[in-house]
Amino acid sequence: MATPAADLRPKYKKALIGGDELAKAFTFLFAALILVVTVLLVLELWRTSSPAKEKFGFGFLTSQLWNPVTDEYGALPFIYGTVLTSFLALLIAVPLGVGAAIYLSELALPRVSNALTFLVELLAAVPSVIFGLLAIFTLVPAMRDYVQPALQKIFSFQPLAPFFDGPTFGVGYLTAGIILAVMTFPFIISVSREALMAVPREQREAALALGATKWESTWQIVLPYAKLGILGSVFLGLARALGETMAVTMVIGNSEAIHQSIISPGYTIAAVIANNFAEASGKMFTSALVELGLVLFALTMLINGFAQLMIVLTTKKGAAKS
Amino acid sequence: MAIKMTPRNRRRLIVNNIMLSATAICAVITVSSLFLILMYLLKNGGQSVDLNFFTQLPKSPGELGGGMANAIVGSATVVALASVIGLPIGFLAGVYLAEFSPKGFGFLVRYTADLLNGVPSIVIGIFAWGLIVHNMHHFSALAGGFALSLMLIPITARGTEQFLLEVPRTMREGALALGAPMWVTIATVIVPAARKGIMTSMILGVARISGETAPLLFTALGNQYWATSLNEPTASLPVMIFTHATAPYEDWHRQAWAAGLVLLGLVFVANILARTIVSRGASLPK
Repeated sequence: MATPAADLRPKYKKALIGGDELAKAFTFLFAALILVVTVLLVLELWRTSSPAKEKFGFGFLTSQLWNPVTDEYGALPFIYGTVLTSFLALLIAVPLGVGAAIYLSELALPRVSNALTFLVELLAAVPSVIFGLLAIFTLVPAMRDYVQPALQKIFSFQPLAPFFDGPTFGVGYLTAGIILAVMTFPFIISVSREALMAVPREQREAALALGATKWESTWQIVLPYAKLGILGSVFLGLARALGETMAVTMVIGNSEAIHQSIISPGYTIAAVIANNFAEASGKMFTSALVELGLVLFALTMLINGFAQLMIVLTTKKGAAKS
Repeated sequence: MAIKMTPRNRRRLIVNNIMLSATAICAVITVSSLFLILMYLLKNGGQSVDLNFFTQLPKSPGELGGGMANAIVGSATVVALASVIGLPIGFLAGVYLAEFSPKGFGFLVRYTADLLNGVPSIVIGIFAWGLIVHNMHHFSALAGGFALSLMLIPITARGTEQFLLEVPRTMREGALALGAPMWVTIATVIVPAARKGIMTSMILGVARISGETAPLLFTALGNQYWATSLNEPTASLPVMIFTHATAPYEDWHRQAWAAGLVLLGLVFVANILARTIVSRGASLPK
């Protein structure tokens, strides 16, 4: 228990109040450390990548050449792979994730909803290397033996055939996209569910009272109301998918070229760094890999910024009206 | 009450039923992916975990048996280092954000913390490599611990802040009205009241960094033997899973499954403990 200050001698009391200033200054140091570290991180990436930036300029972003022997580096195949795998992931994860979020917020009993949300949050806690481990030994053989041949059969007509062309290795853009989809579910579901639950009850009740079915009220009233929050969850999932390293590295197939076919092996920015950085010999190779890291950093920061903005906007809107 | 079943109403009802069932199916598919993961890990890992896994060093390719004792100790070392650096810094920064920060600067730190939290873990690895490995000229547990602590700081800071802000105003005012200075109020009233929530976010943070692989790839690297100091390359469970799963040896795959089961077991136990026992009643941060 704190002694009432009135009992204290003036000198002692002054020291205690001075303690507030001290505590503020002391904790400020640690808060400021977060700023310092983040600035240092950007500076370090910028500095270490400068040899590559000077040598290749903006051509780095558009060149398809990747040759450690001749020290020629271009980022395009990796940027392409990163964007394509993330796009495929969203294509799978958004409908499933938003659908599940609708079920959890609109239909399920609160107890069921909470239990399922708990499980979804556990899914978010699974380390990414474990997704990779499972993918190598279960998903990759299944893709190679069943899914990819089936896709080739189904999409054997023009103009879609080239997108499913080539030998079926099991690894590749699509396999990475599927794994990324499973890894982004938890983000999309839990944030979308919250955005949906922030929609005021009156909105639903008004729609139902006017004779709308449950689905019509959900689709035409509740979803549009929560659309910014849902969009925020999608961007959050996208940022996670873009930066995801281990699971993708284990199933992407490591091919340093651009392939039109989505079942073909490819590469992502994070994967090429993970596979090469530790053994990178030569200043230019390291520098090019760090510049790739810088590109990835910029990409995820951009997407994350959007996501935060949208989530903030919806929660404010929901809070103001409820 | 009878609703007239015109063809249009019938169609609306059918659409309603189909779409609502579809959302339930979405929920089942997404949640079942968790059970699939658990099932495969239990099946394959369960056959591979034995006592040797916890007590022996890895064998070279071709030799059967062996374990990952060095990786278990290595992971514990790196995570302990990260916690010693990251938890106090994150906690104190969180106290500043919740109790002392002026509006503008507080927003800046909060935004930066969220930014740092969103930095891809492989990029964190590059930073730790540039700062420590590159300057000290060798891979080490220290560099790995530093990299992981960078991920722990923003999680702890934001978690601490959130739970401190949830402490009712009346408790603060009560303590202040009794004449306690702000710092005494924080130390003896506010922080103890938010204890459970803060502990929860710390445990969740530590559980999350325990499974991280990418930041360790070129900081702690890996080691087939025991590391004798913090200044040496050090094995860790996540990196071991990666190298063993991607190697072409049958027996290494068995070890990778065992390591996967042990790692996921630890992460899940921490998560479930934090979410059920420690945080009873507290709402969780995202």
